[in-house]
Amino acid sequence: MSATTEKHELPHTIQNRKAPIYLDYQATTPTDPRVVEKMLPYFSEQFGNPHSRSHFYGWEAEDAVEIARESVASIIGANPKEVIFTSGATESNNLALKGVANFYKDKKNHIITVVTEHKCVLDSCRHLEQEGFEVTYMPVKANGLIDLDQLRETITDNTAIVSVMGVNNEIGVIQPLKEIGAICREKGAFFHTDCAQAVGKIPLDVEEMNIDLMSISGHKVYGPMGIGALYVRRRPRVRLVPMINGGGQERGMRSGTLPTPLCVGLGEACAIAEKEMGAENERLRRLRDRMYQSIVGRLPEVYLNGDLDQRIPGNLNISFAFVEGEGLMMGIKDLAVSSGSACTSASLEPSYVLRALGVNEELAHTSLRIGFGRFTTEEEVDEAVELIIHEVERLREMSPLWEMHNEGIDISSIEWAEH
Amino acid sequence: MAYSEKVIDHYEKPRNVGTLDKNDASVGTGLVGAPACGDVMKLQIKVSEDGIIEDAKFKTFGCGSAIASSSLITEWVKGKTIEEAGTIKNTQIAEELALPPVKIHCSVLAEDAIKAAISDYKAKKGA
Repeated sequence: MSATTEKHELPHTIQNRKAPIYLDYQATTPTDPRVVEKMLPYFSEQFGNPHSRSHFYGWEAEDAVEIARESVASIIGANPKEVIFTSGATESNNLALKGVANFYKDKKNHIITVVTEHKCVLDSCRHLEQEGFEVTYMPVKANGLIDLDQLRETITDNTAIVSVMGVNNEIGVIQPLKEIGAICREKGAFFHTDCAQAVGKIPLDVEEMNIDLMSISGHKVYGPMGIGALYVRRRPRVRLVPMINGGGQERGMRSGTLPTPLCVGLGEACAIAEKEMGAENERLRRLRDRMYQSIVGRLPEVYLNGDLDQRIPGNLNISFAFVEGEGLMMGIKDLAVSSGSACTSASLEPSYVLRALGVNEELAHTSLRIGFGRFTTEEEVDEAVELIIHEVERLREMSPLWEMHNEGIDISSIEWAEH
Repeated sequence: MAYSEKVIDHYEKPRNVGTLDKNDASVGTGLVGAPACGDVMKLQIKVSEDGIIEDAKFKTFGCGSAIASSSLITEWVKGKTIEEAGTIKNTQIAEELALPPVKIHCSVLAEDAIKAAISDYKAKKGA
């Protein structure tokens, strides 16, 4: 083919117009159409500034925001006064960690978190370390969960805050929040939990779980992007230094005009999730089991990363040994999934979460994260299973490592020239 | 990431996938890369009495660009003398496949693989 004719062809990405099957619900969720419908009037009709106290436009916007706040509070068993809106879970995590650390720094300067936390928690902690705080990054067990005895031993009188995520974004494992909360309360440290992946997926109750601060994301719960919330306990009171200064909105903890449509969207998303979570989890569990059983039943040398039981039903993270993750994703381009392979990350390092579980680098390169959600159908799951199995088999036939494995050669016994 | 048409073509229809008998005196084998780094290439050449590469086979563990780079180089080396094959540069592969900067190492690996296969063949012949 000559270069001139090639130019007249559409790029590959445009030729393949058939939309891939979306199986990346831990990256983001589509905004539920019921949520969008609730949001729409607040753009051009009820457009008032919710902080305007002198007229009707402000009042109706404020009413909408407060109803939304109640829905957010309800799904986590909180009082609406304890919920502040933010731009998303990244901001909430930053505010919780930096806000609490800085407020109490004259009394305590130790922070505890976990190596498998989201980058925004880890990076906030790194930042606080540079400011002189002491941070302990707790390891996890091979199943992705923390050791509670180790947590108990790690908390000291100097520990201001313990931050442990509810559900991991890569492997979907659920940390024992109630037990962690009890330990923190007993030891006198605040308990913050990043629940971006947990809200609407597992039952949450800030009272029962002794949670002092909780980060919430809009777009992980079928709400819009650009909105999140932070739960901040009032009794006993948690205080924090704000990161954004201004008009003193959100009880002074987060200044800035609230985006009414986005707040309404998050509220409606939480209301729907609270109502439908039980039945939806059952449905997702059936889909997840269907896929997992098919894959492990038909392909040898596949490994599930993270605990199977202490896990949300909408997540599978599987290593397909001897097949590189990015190469595999290219083959299953009709599926939108993500990989723990180095090649898909900017850093060219394999997933730090999988490495923290003790998954060796070689297997970490072969992992796929498959996320199910509200709009995933059984037909999509079946199609995905066939595509994955077909492509893993094709690529294994092309893999020198698979060939060596079948010849009985121990790949780890070879001295590879790392590059 | 968007792949070039040529990368996709080689990935979907890889040329010369397979294995030659590594114990055959006329076969040179190169195994480069590391599983921990996410790519391993095995490249084999079968060389005639007069030093012409008669056949070439590969197997690759890696991303689409790594598979395409190894597939392409097997096409290129067939019919060449081992001296000619040894002069292939990674930049030629990268250019042919329009590899983006983050994928240049895939073409480097393919160059390393053919060089390793040639030196394996020469070592066998010399022995």
